[in-house]
Amino acid sequence: MYGALWRRLPGPVPLKLLVALLLALGALALLVAVVFPALEPMLPFDQITIEP
Amino acid sequence: MEGVSAILRVLVRTGAELLVTLGALVVAFAAYLLVWSDVQNAAAQSELRETFEAQVVQASRTTTPAAAPSARRTRDRGDRVTTTTPLVPPPQGTGVGVLSIPRLGEGWSRVLVEGVESAQLALGPGHFPGTAMPGQVGNFAVAGHRATNGEPFARLDTLVPGDEVVVQTVAATFTYVVDTTELVAPTATEVLEPVPGRPGATPRKALLTLVTCHPRWGSAQRMIVSGHLVDSSPASGGA
Repeated sequence: MYGALWRRLPGPVPLKLLVALLLALGALALLVAVVFPALEPMLPFDQITIEP
Repeated sequence: MEGVSAILRVLVRTGAELLVTLGALVVAFAAYLLVWSDVQNAAAQSELRETFEAQVVQASRTTTPAAAPSARRTRDRGDRVTTTTPLVPPPQGTGVGVLSIPRLGEGWSRVLVEGVESAQLALGPGHFPGTAMPGQVGNFAVAGHRATNGEPFARLDTLVPGDEVVVQTVAATFTYVVDTTELVAPTATEVLEPVPGRPGATPRKALLTLVTCHPRWGSAQRMIVSGHLVDSSPASGGA
């Protein structure tokens, strides 16, 4: 699937590299800002309070 | 047959890429928990500390000893009730005071925030809303992470009876001493009562309860460190 993605990127190889890098950084930002904070409360070491 | 093997190749390659992607996501999540949350916590603590120090400076400029008549030095012995300036809980997520626990390390201290939801505990140890404020009669209860988010209570298990827990607020500095450490179920809400273990009873002592999870990377139980107030000193005015 990454091969297909690479082929779809526009321009010569240097441009493709740049766009691929930006996409990867964007995905990382999305993970750190949204996905991981949402997953964190589900883990055991986040549960430290006392609830009935 | 070549068409089938071509399709199989694509499937296997896609499957492999998905697995590698999943592996990378797991590594990224681990890095987020173990590194990033600590970094964010350090930044939050730094900001909270600046705010607190500014508040202390401002309070020392605006208060004179005569203007705070109920803030007097008291020494609690056993059952004697200790009265100090009543503190009002600040808004959730803002600083209550600075918690210092020498046993946890040389100069160990964290800014304590109001509230114990995930968002507040990510900033530092949190004060259970509805429980006593520092120095007040009742049960002053605090929760802190033992892993991730700055892991303030990582080594709470090293506390022994007699260890000091100091809480510095803008108005006064309170010193508690550790009595016991025990493990309880995550549902043991009675440890947060004004008289721990006795819901509905009227409190007469100023007590401390520190809460974290046990074991360190799990949450099967809670570790409860209990203590009592031994000293209150009002902040000196007019510095």
